[in-house]
Amino acid sequence: MALEYESLNENVKKCQYAVRGELYLRASELQKEGKKIIFTNVGNPHALGQKPLTFPRQVVALCQAPFLLDHPNVGMLFPADAIARAKHYLSLTSGGLGAYSDSRGLPGVRKEVAEFIQRRDGYPSDPELIFLTDGASKGVMQILNCVIRGERDGILVPVPQYPLYSATISLLGGSLVPYYLDESENWGLDVNNLRQSVAQARSQGISVRAMVIINPGNPTGQCLSEANLREILRFCYSEKLVLLGDEVYQQNIYQDERPFISSKKVLMDMGSPFSKEVQLVSFHTVSKGYWGECGQRGGYFEMTNIPPRVVEEIYKVASIALSPNVSAQIFMGLMVSPPKPGDISYDQFARESKGILESLRRRARIMTDGFNSCKNVVCNFTEGAMYSFPQIRLPPGALQAAKQAGKVPDVFYCLKLLEATGISTVPGSGFGQKEGVFHLRTTILPAEEEMPEIMDSFKKFNDEFMTQYENSFGYSRM
Amino acid sequence: MRRFVISQAKNLIDQTRRRPLPNHKSLRLLSLAAASDSAPVLSSPRLFSSSSDMSGSDSSSSSLPVTLDSINPKVLKCEYAVRGEIVNIAQRLQEDLKINKDAYPFDEIIYCNIGNPQSLGQQPITFFREVLALCSHTALLDESATHGLFSSDSIDRAWKILDQIPGKATGAYSHSQGIKGLRDAIAAGIEARDGFPADPNDIFMTDGASPGVHMMMQLLISSEKDGILCPIPQYPLYSASIALHGGSLVPYYLDEASGWGLEISELKKQLEEARSKGITVRALAVINPGNPTGQVLAEENQREIVDFCKKEGLVLLADEVYQENVYVPDKKFHSFKKVARSMGYGEKDICLVSFQSISKGYYGECGKRGGYMEVTGFTSDVREQIYKLASVNLCSNISGQILASLVMSPPKPGDDSYDSYIAEKEGILSSLAKRAKTLEEALNKLEGVTCNRAEGAMYLFPCINLPQKAIAAAEAAKTAPDAFYCKRLLNATGIVVVPGSGFRQVPGTWHFRCTILPQEDKIPAIVNRLTEFHKSFMDEFRD
Repeated sequence: MALEYESLNENVKKCQYAVRGELYLRASELQKEGKKIIFTNVGNPHALGQKPLTFPRQVVALCQAPFLLDHPNVGMLFPADAIARAKHYLSLTSGGLGAYSDSRGLPGVRKEVAEFIQRRDGYPSDPELIFLTDGASKGVMQILNCVIRGERDGILVPVPQYPLYSATISLLGGSLVPYYLDESENWGLDVNNLRQSVAQARSQGISVRAMVIINPGNPTGQCLSEANLREILRFCYSEKLVLLGDEVYQQNIYQDERPFISSKKVLMDMGSPFSKEVQLVSFHTVSKGYWGECGQRGGYFEMTNIPPRVVEEIYKVASIALSPNVSAQIFMGLMVSPPKPGDISYDQFARESKGILESLRRRARIMTDGFNSCKNVVCNFTEGAMYSFPQIRLPPGALQAAKQAGKVPDVFYCLKLLEATGISTVPGSGFGQKEGVFHLRTTILPAEEEMPEIMDSFKKFNDEFMTQYENSFGYSRM
Repeated sequence: MRRFVISQAKNLIDQTRRRPLPNHKSLRLLSLAAASDSAPVLSSPRLFSSSSDMSGSDSSSSSLPVTLDSINPKVLKCEYAVRGEIVNIAQRLQEDLKINKDAYPFDEIIYCNIGNPQSLGQQPITFFREVLALCSHTALLDESATHGLFSSDSIDRAWKILDQIPGKATGAYSHSQGIKGLRDAIAAGIEARDGFPADPNDIFMTDGASPGVHMMMQLLISSEKDGILCPIPQYPLYSASIALHGGSLVPYYLDEASGWGLEISELKKQLEEARSKGITVRALAVINPGNPTGQVLAEENQREIVDFCKKEGLVLLADEVYQENVYVPDKKFHSFKKVARSMGYGEKDICLVSFQSISKGYYGECGKRGGYMEVTGFTSDVREQIYKLASVNLCSNISGQILASLVMSPPKPGDDSYDSYIAEKEGILSSLAKRAKTLEEALNKLEGVTCNRAEGAMYLFPCINLPQKAIAAAEAAKTAPDAFYCKRLLNATGIVVVPGSGFRQVPGTWHFRCTILPQEDKIPAIVNRLTEFHKSFMDEFRD
């Protein structure tokens, strides 16, 4: 055999990505056998019934088939502003959707992204420092690939985290330096935890190079306060860390105390020397928010205070992949410059967007409350993003049973949940958690009308499970 | 070494802060550091200022986490000439042309550096784009007016595809290998092409073929002791990917004199040499039809290659993205899968990864980023790792997936769109063949230039016999001779090509790669300008 498991790159073997791991594979098997599965393992809104926004789909359909624009009856199927916008985006390309663009993305779209950032933050943004990517994940991988030289390079990553970070660090042969978010403080970030983590890593000979924040958090949903962001930026300044700001959920905010504020804005607000010296890369996507266009694979990153020659190297690596897909670039352009009041499509667009966001807000509440009503389950409120991350306090009997079954306790629980109810979640161990504390991650994306039934189903399973395993304590062989 | 010097110098600056005057030793070390081009904070004037000036900012740039000398060295090492230096110059010229039209002997830049057909006027296949438009905005399928604007079979196909997508949700992440129904269509297409069955579970859909190549390199390469046999000249995705993953490229030279033939004896020789240097050669990459060389392998040759891989325990990486681009009647594309199966080799006999893309062929849909790899002959534990890698990125873009399924199962005789589809396809392919021939003939007429015919793919790769004087001038300009020629060509004509050194070549030979993609009406002007330029270049540098 030319290629055997033993001879594969160890880094590949080591890397894990639970979001499409064991639970998902088991759920897919059960689905094939005919069981109804509710996939809440991944932030994939359209897969759970959320409809795409109409206007962007109209524009992109016209860009896919530009010959439609010449047809006399095109106005019967498409509103005038969609037609105009399609012409606008096509004019930014040299050859339509089928030609490779600039490896950094179409300059015209990057300009629109820069204008968006400027409007959002109140500070200028340079399109030359914005690179479009096939999804934000690709951007994260590109930047980490630049930063990680070897296993002595450490990246500070929140625990719990979205496992793209742990998987990528593994693949690149670097070291993950965890900093723990505080569940009892709504998953708050304590700078002292950061300091401790860095000190510990350094004592092991690790050179800590970057810090990842996910704001709003995934899986935890917390929205960082401005004060917190300032602390973090000060920390990065004094410890010489590049800050990687994963802000893909910036449109998904479900409380009013802590609106989204970008790391870039806070950094610029802090002024010199921070604003001129702290290195920052910010990530965004068309996959989340109220757009939920996961399947398009569209994202960008914006670089701040990265030396020009490094930007050139990042550009060089991007050019090997030739270009990000052009349809998604147009989605990105539309997302950052949506219909405005007065536009023909504005009312429909505003109605659709508002509908989605308000529903998400309601579902965040329904789910949190639902989990909190269950035995041995405690759940922080989903302040933002798309997930609920309840803590499941497993009784000793359950821990034993898991051990017998050769499974990590939360995997054991989640598999039982899946088999009993068809609800497919991701065990907390896939995201990292404190030793001996167990969670699961579910999304808040199932349709609102199905939520009560789903939460009832969960409660029934959970409360029965807890009763069963609380009573089985002592029966070690059951 | 630089970093050591800088840190030594920094220590000394810190010491000088405490002492009012620098001593002799620190002066010397600091000037050493200042001589190095990345010691921005250690300029001599600061040395003589009072200690109070040595405040906060002296450690700013050199201790930032991300600087040129602190990023991953593999990133620094990798190169990709297709969008390299020449293209940067061309883009600057293009910008300048807008405001300084009269400053140049040409009025447009013609990009012949990259296989990007639709950027040079090639039209997409209508049927494919109809289906994509309907899948982009599914509400169209509910409108009666749609029937007046779209062909009936494109509407049928859109329905069929949407039925294969859970919830008809084209905006959702799909299965990490790609939507099952689309993989079924691709597998059926592969079977129809080859006459041997294909399993949809062997197919991994990717954002273009390139990410698939990267995935395989990631899997195969653990260190620089792992080698991948690559053709020279090669498409520099391979060299770049190997560099990024920290492996070793083991070159095997294609024989220009015999139409870029691939000799097994050359493969053997290079393999043995690599092994003798302690390299574990893991795979053989073959590009067929070739890029930049354009040759289409003879079936007999392919059989030898399959046997070689089997005997030597190598994974065969078959880059077949140009499988629909064959321009000569005496050659035909045969997939390596078909060849291996027709030799009686099954799943247990050979590890084969076949790459296909929607970017080339007659469809030329580069910007959509669609493609797949068919992975056969791997044990299930290896396949799980491939799946895992694919899952970290969740899935490839859905629109590209749909297009890949259309490319592999296009309209059939009897379908509403068949006639127009065939007309478009054959129009494009015959035009490509014509342009390949015209440009090849023109290049062969140039003094000191020989050009093998483009049997397939999208490029010509002429060999220029550069006069000594030109080589000397290039050296004086600190440029590779072929890059020197290409820059001169660009500045004189606006035509952008890629120097052969970007693809590697037999040392001492010089080439450039030019695409055959400019539209037919532009070709005469390109030929004239190129011919004129070459004559004046040779007049200047003839020995």
